[in-house]
Amino acid sequence: MKIKKNIALSDTGFVFNPASGDSFSVNPIGLEIMKLLQENKSHEVIKKHLLETYSVDKDTIEKDFYDFAKMLEQFKVTESDEKKES
Amino acid sequence: MKKLQYERPLIQRLNTGLMNKFGMKTEYTPHTHIDEVSVKSLIKEFGSPLFVISEKTIRNTYKEANRAFKTRYPKVQFAWSYKTNYINAVCNVFHQEGSWAEVVSGFEYHKALNNGVPGSKIIFNGPDKSEDDLRAAINNESPIHIDHLDELYHLNELAVEMNKRPKVAIRVNMDTGVYPMWDRFGFNYENGQAWDAINKIILADKLDLVGLHSHIGTFMLSPSAYGVAASKLSDLALGIKKKYKKNILYLDMGGGFASKNTLKGSFLQGVDTNPNFDQFAEAISTAILNAGFGTDELPLLVLETGRALIDDAGYLLGSVISNKRLSDGRRATILDFGVNVMFTSFWYDHKISPAQDFGNYTEDSVLYGPLCMNIDVIREHITLPPLKRNDHVVVHTVGAYNMTQWMQFIALRPAVVMIDMKNKVHLIRKRENLEYLEACEVKPDYLKSFKL
Repeated sequence: MKIKKNIALSDTGFVFNPASGDSFSVNPIGLEIMKLLQENKSHEVIKKHLLETYSVDKDTIEKDFYDFAKMLEQFKVTESDEKKES
Repeated sequence: MKKLQYERPLIQRLNTGLMNKFGMKTEYTPHTHIDEVSVKSLIKEFGSPLFVISEKTIRNTYKEANRAFKTRYPKVQFAWSYKTNYINAVCNVFHQEGSWAEVVSGFEYHKALNNGVPGSKIIFNGPDKSEDDLRAAINNESPIHIDHLDELYHLNELAVEMNKRPKVAIRVNMDTGVYPMWDRFGFNYENGQAWDAINKIILADKLDLVGLHSHIGTFMLSPSAYGVAASKLSDLALGIKKKYKKNILYLDMGGGFASKNTLKGSFLQGVDTNPNFDQFAEAISTAILNAGFGTDELPLLVLETGRALIDDAGYLLGSVISNKRLSDGRRATILDFGVNVMFTSFWYDHKISPAQDFGNYTEDSVLYGPLCMNIDVIREHITLPPLKRNDHVVVHTVGAYNMTQWMQFIALRPAVVMIDMKNKVHLIRKRENLEYLEACEVKPDYLKSFKL
């Protein structure tokens, strides 16, 4: 999974999809995840980074990351890796 | 290196054109303490969920109500409505402040007696008073508020048999311009039932008619309706004086004053719109003072308001069991208390605050209780910061009716503590356990064992 190329991501957490006109807001940790996804970091690398940076347990990260990723998918700001390769 | 505080990652779609004129309503302030006692320490010591009563708030609210009425009318008496919250410690705070007791059942009546309230200061209301209840009330000279003719005739019989003259009032229902009209209790004013009952009492000369009582509704948002009720009761009292040369000693305006809660479906917050004690006091006092009583014949004004006196003083502390995502993408949070202990969530959109610090980001959520029942919804829509498992929340304004209407259903009822005037915490009702639950059960011998 990675963030679509046309998605604009501001440092203040404002997300804009020029193709659909949809805009979103993300909290700081959500922004951090989106930026790492933009850099093509894998899920495992991102989760490891969060675990090292924040006072949180592995299960919570696992659960919250899954939920966040699903929301990104639902809001159509991501594209799957398979799609990119094809 | 110290790790950063974690907050669940959030993304929200920004919608235009949907915001109302008040902007997004968010509980931005964490409610970490109640009367300077930390929520965390309360839950640690007494478990979660937990009801917390602030004695300071009760006394302050009572004083506010007392001031509102006593500065407008010379003779005022409050009677604590036991059904609103009959935990003894709570009742006794009101009795210490000078409240009589107002009860609607035999067990409430005996609770008030056990609390030390003199019988003559226990007002006995309600449609269901057993013969034993009535005998006790007659012996203790408690004012009995007659609800129906069967009760009136029964009291006449008991008066003869016991050779006593019971003190009675009649409950009067009436049209005060509000809907629904509570005509199931007492005798109707407009169609003459009330006069009929008064004539029967006075002409039979077995009961001492000392008062007139009305209770026009619940969570009343219109003080003027009380003005109408007070005028109609005054009219009856003056009519009795004219016809029978008999003074009515008190007018009991009942209760029903709205608290600061927000009714479901309300556009504005209750705290901003609901009438205060001054508005109710102004409507009632003005109506009685203008009715035509002589200055030495003004009846005592009795008030049985419960909800408006105790609601603000009650808090419910709880914890997050889990977060989940619903099929339509909405966030759902499951809490460890539900409609079983917070009955009023059927009526109100309760204010719910997180009990710990959080960032600036919030999300729309549905709050569910822990019951395995679809109806267990605490708030259908609320904007809260991201809560995680074991985080705590504080529900505000739950002092009225929850600790009496709570259900022992699926989960056992939680403990109740009171924070006193010096911020010391007292356990006033223990958390229920299985032994308590089964204490009233009887298992027949043939059902004591089985093989599986």
